Amino acid sequence: MSAMALDRIVPGFADPVLDSQRAFRAALSALAQPGTIVAVARPAAPLAGVAPAAQTLLLALLDADTRLWLSASFGDGAAAANLRFHTGCRLVADCAEADFALVASAAELPPLAAFAWGTDLHPERSASVVVQVSALAEGAGWRLAGPGVRGERRIAVPDLDAGFLAQWDENHRAFPRGVDLYLACGERLCALARTTRIEG
Amino acid sequence: MSARAALAAVRAAGERARYNFAYLDERTKRMIRRAILKAVAIPGYQVPFAAREMPLPWGWGTGGMQVTAAVIGPQDVLKVIDQGADDTVNAVNIRRFFERTAGIATTERTAHATVIQTRHRIPETPLAEGQIVVFQVPVPEPMQRLEPRESETRRMHALADYGLMHVKLYEDIARYGRIVTAYDYPVIVNGRYLMAPSPIPKFDNPKLHMSPALMLFGAGREKRIYAVPPYTRVESLGFEDHPFEVQRWQAACALCGSRESFLDEVVTDDRGGRLYVCSDTDWCAARRARADAR
Repeated sequence: MSAMALDRIVPGFADPVLDSQRAFRAALSALAQPGTIVAVARPAAPLAGVAPAAQTLLLALLDADTRLWLSASFGDGAAAANLRFHTGCRLVADCAEADFALVASAAELPPLAAFAWGTDLHPERSASVVVQVSALAEGAGWRLAGPGVRGERRIAVPDLDAGFLAQWDENHRAFPRGVDLYLACGERLCALARTTRIEG
Repeated sequence: MSARAALAAVRAAGERARYNFAYLDERTKRMIRRAILKAVAIPGYQVPFAAREMPLPWGWGTGGMQVTAAVIGPQDVLKVIDQGADDTVNAVNIRRFFERTAGIATTERTAHATVIQTRHRIPETPLAEGQIVVFQVPVPEPMQRLEPRESETRRMHALADYGLMHVKLYEDIARYGRIVTAYDYPVIVNGRYLMAPSPIPKFDNPKLHMSPALMLFGAGREKRIYAVPPYTRVESLGFEDHPFEVQRWQAACALCGSRESFLDEVVTDDRGGRLYVCSDTDWCAARRARADAR
């Protein structure tokens, strides 16, 4: 890392042990109950252009064993420098190689098929994709069903359109292969597991 | 106890014990946490993980302990049971392990616990949303006794080819007239993966179906983690003419009189005397306390 990059380093977790644990539990709760919105603690030093929930989640889950892909608008900026510095994760240029992906906005989301979906033998070798969205609202919009959803749950994600839903349907049908999605909106997080069915 | 007081207790305990919070190092916890998230996303699928040695032998709950250590935080209240009992050696030791290394609150009351680590039972008290049950798993692969090669069972899971397990259950019927598997009774999770529910009695299998609690399974020696998310279909295998059935007892619990709980048989003398008591000590004690109050 160059000296220039070091200038952009801001503090990571104030308490790496317990902050990581809290962030993980928020993610676990979100993924175990797809479509519910959970609050994620605000990072000590929020990075420009990164949703606090996404920043906290990635600080908690990344390390040298994981490959991270960042969407175009992050470039080689503060997000890349800080996540590299604090977690030791490897940055990859091709989203197909990533274990985790951070996507700045729905507009920058590549086709879901471009990410690793795992194989039938090893479906866990698939990407966890964190997408930053501008709005999340419970109780309206999509109808979700599947494991973790009692009856039906509704969530509105205005940034993601019908084209996304068609891709998600394909992702869902490929079970056990597929990606899992984490939607980050400010300090709020919502997850869609590959088992989640969505009706628009 | 407030969160702040809990945190202070944790720090003090951490100083005393000179271990990281909940024993495991952070990189190990992250590895386990990533495996848990995959397991929740792929219900019933066994996610490989790099199980660490724990300060007790394989087979004593090392997988469950690693899952608990990765999940638990200062706000959690932990309950540990061994065959339904809070006061047996394995349960007492694991509970004390987390009291010492994480400084967290523990309880024997199912309803008060946020995380319940269990060896071979699901509590009788209905579980609630937000609770996490961590199972200790000796053999995560339900077909291991039928096909010892992992390369083959992995392929069978990939193809959802579970004929072998149905043949095994059929052979039970051909030989004994009924399915004799009484514990670790195989289930299909969310209509897809065949899963070993750990050696819980088949009496507990119906509690897995559409449970409000999150179920996590840790196998330390075999290095596998799997999960059943809340409100997930869990179907015990059976045949139309030999459907899945749970155990029933003629007797009631000798202590609390329960007829709806899982009963352990206790031999009382050498002349054939025996009685039955609840396996779930918290359930039994609570019923007796309520009866006394009346």
